[in-house]
Amino acid sequence: MLTKDKKIDFVTLGKNTRRDVADALVAAGRGHIGASYSLVEILLVLYHGILKVDPKNPHWEDRDRMILSKGHGCLTLYSILSDFGFFPKAEMKRFCMPDGLLGGHPEHKVPGVEASTGALGHGPSIGVGMAMAAKLNKQKHGVFVVVGDGECDEGSVWEAAMHASKHKLDNFTILVDYNKQQSYSDVSEVLPLEPFTDKWRAFGFETHEADMDHPEILLDILRKPRTGAPRAVICHTIKGKGITFIERNLKWHHKVKLTPEEIENIYNELEI
Amino acid sequence: MRKRCLDTVYQLAKANKDVVFVGSDLGVGVLDNFKKEMPDRFFMDGVSEQHLIGACAGLAMSGKIVYFNTIATFLTRRAFEQNMIDLGLTKAKVRILGSGGGLVYAPLGPTHLAFEDVAIMRTIPNMTIVAPADAEEMARAMVASEHYDGPIYVRIAKGGDPVVTKPELGFEYGRAVVYREPGDVLFVTTGVMLNRALDAVKLLEAEGVSAGILHCHTIKPFDTDSVVKQAKKARAVITLEEHTIIGGLGSAVAEALAEAGLERMPAFKRIGVPDVFPERYGSQNSQFEDFGLNAPQIAASTRRLLKELSPA
Repeated sequence: MLTKDKKIDFVTLGKNTRRDVADALVAAGRGHIGASYSLVEILLVLYHGILKVDPKNPHWEDRDRMILSKGHGCLTLYSILSDFGFFPKAEMKRFCMPDGLLGGHPEHKVPGVEASTGALGHGPSIGVGMAMAAKLNKQKHGVFVVVGDGECDEGSVWEAAMHASKHKLDNFTILVDYNKQQSYSDVSEVLPLEPFTDKWRAFGFETHEADMDHPEILLDILRKPRTGAPRAVICHTIKGKGITFIERNLKWHHKVKLTPEEIENIYNELEI
Repeated sequence: MRKRCLDTVYQLAKANKDVVFVGSDLGVGVLDNFKKEMPDRFFMDGVSEQHLIGACAGLAMSGKIVYFNTIATFLTRRAFEQNMIDLGLTKAKVRILGSGGGLVYAPLGPTHLAFEDVAIMRTIPNMTIVAPADAEEMARAMVASEHYDGPIYVRIAKGGDPVVTKPELGFEYGRAVVYREPGDVLFVTTGVMLNRALDAVKLLEAEGVSAGILHCHTIKPFDTDSVVKQAKKARAVITLEEHTIIGGLGSAVAEALAEAGLERMPAFKRIGVPDVFPERYGSQNSQFEDFGLNAPQIAASTRRLLKELSPA
């Protein structure tokens, strides 16, 4: 099982994760880099500080469940799962290859991946079902679902929210990667979500907001005792975070071609 | 048939604590005994089929055997992506119990007619599709579902249908049942069309035309071997389904025969709902009449087909 470090070096881990993501992106020549970089700190907090999972026994019955519902951010998940030994790091450089383990969206066949996602709005429902099953089985583990902000356009997200609330699933946590941009443009232009936290509260959730420039805030929130309701954490993030010319740049939502100069500049910014 | 289906779910749940029931917003009183005796495993959780299919998948991925009942169109048509990915891709042990398969809801209009449900569900890898002919066959299908792998779509008929299946012929998912050996004609049926076929056979027999019946309660996985074996014995093969003729039983039989490399291909006809939205209301039976699905019409279509084969 993973041991939880008291002090987590998010700066170093963040750069290492982003370098892994870049390696995969360069090897495959494609990938959702903006969406992957925005959620790095969310997943680092979860895997280094919160989740009880066992790389040697990925199907351990009492493990915490973590579903990356915004499946297009999978490169970050793959990097962290390989850090913990769920599968060899070498798989990162075989991203999207015909015989590679890792594709452009996560699949449950990959050790450590709980659900096949990428068609948006599925993860919250599956997570609610898993949380209901845990209650029935009197198990103590938690269920964590990470959704994108654009993903919250999907009605099924809100159906799942009502359902979690009805059953008072205090073992269920939804984390929104709120980078305020979706594929075409700003969330506020495509389909505004505000007042976003109020919406979750109105749906019966215990709500929190976390500035992901300071990941310790999210860590503290997730370590607080539960209050008998499902929990939503709105994580304020930056799309493409960590590389100056990618941050908030919608051309980097999904990249299919990288110039040698762009590749060099990415790696330069990830020097430690 | 629906009552027998749900009663069997109740029996299964009494004996197996992993069995869970989910409904959307069913009629008052449905499975009250289940709710009363096993309240923690009874969920009546709202008109949100796409979400509930996902939640059922989550329950199944945690070891539960999930029975989810509501109206067939909303289970299949509305929640198709969840069926494909959350159930098919993950092989989740979820049993989707679709009420009103076919033309059952004729008075309610086309929004409620599940006449393409089999076609769309057939395209989902790992999905099993069963359409029992009567309440007894439904009960056998439900009992067999408990330890069956992967998701199952159970098409529930109107109810009160005559009991025509025979318990001694057994029930196994994926195995078609021979009700009569073919003569001039082979009818291939699914769902309640078995009872129409049995009546049509009697009408034809009185005129000296011999007809057999192969009943495919399971449309997927499809019993290609039995279809080909029986079809070889007949001059004409006619498929009978309460469903569009596109993509359902008729298509499955056509695919099987076309690929079988038969030396002598029998004549072939699909009887079902043509490629239209039913424009009239009435009843299931009156729509059967509209589309030539009642026994006298089946017999008439058969006579016409045979006449074309022997223009004497």
